[in-house]
Amino acid sequence: MKDKIKEIEKQIDAAVSDIQTSKNLMEIKMKFLGKTGEISTLMKNMRDVPAEERPSLGKVLNALRQFAEERFASIEEKIKKAELKKRYAEEKIDVTMPGKETADGAYHPNTLIRQELISIFSGMGFEVFEGPEIENEYYNFTALNTPDDHPARDMQDTFYIDANTLVIEDEYYGETGNLLLRTQTSAGQIRVMENKKPPIKILSPGKVYRSDDDATHSPMFSQMEGLVVDKGITLCDLKGMLDEFAKKIFGSGVKTRLRPSYFPFTEPSVEVDVSCFECGGKGCRLCKGTGWIEVLGAGMVNRRVLEGCGVDPDVYTGFAFGMGIERIAMLKYGINNMKLLFEGDVRFLKQFKA
Amino acid sequence: MKAPLSWLKEYVDIDVTAEELQAKLFSCGFEVEELIDIGKDISGVVVGEVIECEAVPETHLHVCRVDCGEKGIFQICCGADNVKKGIKAPCALVGATVYATAKDHVTIEGVVTIKKGKLRGIESFGMLCSGAELGVNGDMYEGGDYCGLLLLPSECRNGEDVKPILGLDDYIFDIAVTANRPDCQSILGIAREVAAVLGKTVKEPDYKYKTVKGKDEKISVSILAPELCPRYIGHYVKNVKIAPSPQWLKKKLALCGLRSINNVVDITNFILLELGQPMHAFDLRSLTGREIVVRRAENGEKITTLDGNEFDLNSENLVICDGQKPCALAGIMGGLNSEIEDDTKEVFFESAKFARDSVRKTARSLGQHSDSSALFEKGVNEYTTEHAICRALNLICKLDCGTVTDVHTDVTTAYSRTNERNITVSVAKINALLGITVPTAEMVKILKSLNFKTTVNGDELNLVIPRYREDIDGYPDIAEEIIRLYGYDRINGTFMPSASITNGGYSDAQKAENRLKDLLVAKGLYEISTYSFYSQKDLDMLHIPTDAPERKTIKILNPISEDLSVMRTTLAPSMLSTAVRNLRRGNMEGKLFELAKIYIADKLPLTSFPEERQILALGMWGKYGFFELKGVTENIAAMLNTKFDYEPFEKPFLHPGITARILCEGEEIGYLGMLSPAIAEELVLDRAVVLAEIDYEKMQSHAKPFKYVPLSKFPEIIRDLALTCNRETTCAEIEKEIYSACKFVSDVRLFDVYIGEQVGTGKKSMAFKIKFTPKDEALDDRIDGFVKKILNNLKFKLNIELR
Repeated sequence: MKDKIKEIEKQIDAAVSDIQTSKNLMEIKMKFLGKTGEISTLMKNMRDVPAEERPSLGKVLNALRQFAEERFASIEEKIKKAELKKRYAEEKIDVTMPGKETADGAYHPNTLIRQELISIFSGMGFEVFEGPEIENEYYNFTALNTPDDHPARDMQDTFYIDANTLVIEDEYYGETGNLLLRTQTSAGQIRVMENKKPPIKILSPGKVYRSDDDATHSPMFSQMEGLVVDKGITLCDLKGMLDEFAKKIFGSGVKTRLRPSYFPFTEPSVEVDVSCFECGGKGCRLCKGTGWIEVLGAGMVNRRVLEGCGVDPDVYTGFAFGMGIERIAMLKYGINNMKLLFEGDVRFLKQFKA
Repeated sequence: MKAPLSWLKEYVDIDVTAEELQAKLFSCGFEVEELIDIGKDISGVVVGEVIECEAVPETHLHVCRVDCGEKGIFQICCGADNVKKGIKAPCALVGATVYATAKDHVTIEGVVTIKKGKLRGIESFGMLCSGAELGVNGDMYEGGDYCGLLLLPSECRNGEDVKPILGLDDYIFDIAVTANRPDCQSILGIAREVAAVLGKTVKEPDYKYKTVKGKDEKISVSILAPELCPRYIGHYVKNVKIAPSPQWLKKKLALCGLRSINNVVDITNFILLELGQPMHAFDLRSLTGREIVVRRAENGEKITTLDGNEFDLNSENLVICDGQKPCALAGIMGGLNSEIEDDTKEVFFESAKFARDSVRKTARSLGQHSDSSALFEKGVNEYTTEHAICRALNLICKLDCGTVTDVHTDVTTAYSRTNERNITVSVAKINALLGITVPTAEMVKILKSLNFKTTVNGDELNLVIPRYREDIDGYPDIAEEIIRLYGYDRINGTFMPSASITNGGYSDAQKAENRLKDLLVAKGLYEISTYSFYSQKDLDMLHIPTDAPERKTIKILNPISEDLSVMRTTLAPSMLSTAVRNLRRGNMEGKLFELAKIYIADKLPLTSFPEERQILALGMWGKYGFFELKGVTENIAAMLNTKFDYEPFEKPFLHPGITARILCEGEEIGYLGMLSPAIAEELVLDRAVVLAEIDYEKMQSHAKPFKYVPLSKFPEIIRDLALTCNRETTCAEIEKEIYSACKFVSDVRLFDVYIGEQVGTGKKSMAFKIKFTPKDEALDDRIDGFVKKILNNLKFKLNIELR
């Protein structure tokens, strides 16, 4: 028996040095340590050994078993390492190859700006209201304090609609003049004021139309106008809100500047400039060296406009502001020609992945 | 509005630089769009006296010695014909910059730097200059038009810079005047603002004149259309001597871009610039019957204006007539028949106010615009109308070119505004609007600087509004006057401390729109935005029949071009044009969407507001076809938690075999399909384009809220069935039968279609994946029975066999 043990020890040594793969190792392991393997067989044969020899023989057999397990364990570690290394080498890929294509749609730049603006102002309590694009002269001009002979009607060339004006009447205002494509989304704000009592905080985004066509003007473009009517609203409130808006859309370091202007529906009226976000106000090509960029028009709502909508101007005051969405998009993304926004060229659209 | 600095200085003591003034004007609401330095190209040119002058034999040249005072004495070779000993002329020293002129000695061809040169071997250290070489014409400086040397007066000091002498040290402010301030469409108006902003007073022009009594020389004026002519003032001047204007007058007109004509015409133009009042001078001998009638033209009446254009008039047009005929198109241009001529002896000056919309409409409809009509359209005030006539007569006296009679006619009407207006405002209310506290004394100071007569009465300011400020209407206007001079930089941002809390955000409808866009972008589509207008030609492109509802388009009366002349009734042409544009530019594939309105007329021309309907358009081309597009519409249905059905359909612009209409719960909501090959050929497209349009509102009306469906405790079971059916049998028919055969079928999905020999002619094989979802018990034992029932149903209803 002892000889047999010695023999097995030798066999294990020989076998281990021959092992190349884990499959190999498994077979050899089975041969010695498996249920019917040589060591197990010897263990089973212990029954035939005289009782007094069993303890010492048992020790020797256990030592053999331990010896075998250790030898196999050490070789197993080596083989596994080698095999893994080989696998790594075989499975190596070129990680610089392109990723697989997935859907890559994009919002129109106008939508991006529109949603950004709405999220800024809705946080300040503004609701969104959209009015019709085909309006009448009452809502687009008259109610906005721009009477028939007012030169402001010339400031923006209006597209008029072929309509039988004599029969276009409004239940409140009687004959309300020609139909036209609205030149400003303020038209919709009148509709809101007629139907809603203060406090009012509304934002009216939408398409507007003016007879203009060049690199920075388009016959159709989009505006975002805001209106606040409440007790005790001041010019300082307008300034405070615009400061906040400018920081959120153009960056935290951006300042605003008000300067006098004129719009028929606001008084006082202001033009609002933001400090140039490109050069920080030092002067560059974007701001034409002035350090400031004109972004919107605003003002305190004209008393006549409030009155016309049935809001008592001695109780309530308000402010309004309006900006061109394309203009903001062009400034923010550095788009140099407005036409690009309406051409739908996929090479252009691709660049605005949200 | 162009205002020369030198002219402004005649009314205000301006002690700041042009740039400083520009900044001040900007802060008070007058943006200087361009500050023009009129002498910016000229430098290093001084007064030079020719002290020796010898002709160079066999040339037109003279070699001169020119004394330039402290600059030195230089040898200069000169080709001008008027060079001679003793004259003084502008001398450009070496290093000076002047204009290079073309062979005509007039046209400017750029700026040159003078270098030491040699002409015919004679050294020359500079150049004696003509007016053109310095950018000075005869109106700017006497002799400036001569193509030889510009001669300077002998009292000029040798070596002195010529720019102040020639007026080249001047600046022109090109100012954007807002529509509420027509009173600032004049030099005087701007001067008033300059004075206010600099804290100075304005020196008003001289309005005084002397009259000589006229005998029986009365001229009657009657206004028959007072609504179009609120005020008309006329004055008779006799013994007129038409002559060229003096240099100072010519120069002022030239600085503002006007050409000098003669003294009388120049006076009217000068007043147009100085006061902003367009005037007219009639040659009295051509007026019949010492009579002026302001009336609407008769329909069909004709007039020929000064520029020789003849117009057919109608009753919308206001004309100034004598006893018989129209002699001027009111506020726009005088008639050729009463033009001032060189031998004019008697003049009738007109200073009037015409209604701005009347002038605007007439100028527009006749296409006849002038400096005069531009001012009347903006609005003229009667304070100025009254002063302008006086100023004209003052200038007649000053120029000594006529005898001012006492024949003065001033007709006011019910539309006249001759009185000063008063307004009382509350200091507290002004401060409440501004949100800051402007001290009352500061308010008073500002208002006084703007010529408001101001008295303080506690919280109240009692104001007399200057008559030329017709824009002032209420206390907010006064607040604006105060803050624009007090300074907008003193407005501090606050955040509506007194306002109520409001609940902002999108409405549900707007959220739904955003969700749709999110889905489409996530599915790889690009959003486009195209014009809301197109032309009938776009509908022709799509072979839309002439009687189709899409042809009922709302017309724009004044379109920017014929291509953008009607409001669109379908988005398909815009989507197709965008695809075509992309293909032409080499963008060989694309997936686009647009969510925009179409405009539907109830009746044409419109008698009520049209309907504006939101439409979703989808378009794909290149490697994407019908089923890629349909995949997107299925995604949309899933997002709305509903299902769309598809039926074969035809559209004039789509392939009849590859088009479906989209239904939702039986309602037609849109279509999708491939562009017809015939149109693709007409457009020379080498890639197929697929299009869809869905009525957004209809589609949205079928949206259903999501609700959690409890998960089955038992596993779902999937069976694949390959079926053989007739070629005509549709997928939808088979799906319907599979669903109806077993209530546990939760999904049926076609995954393979085979047409070929193995299934026989007229047949096809379709393979479906069928999902069974158990409810309260496991289905394992029953599946075979279900499948058998499905197959029986298919065999019975559609003659379909298991393959």
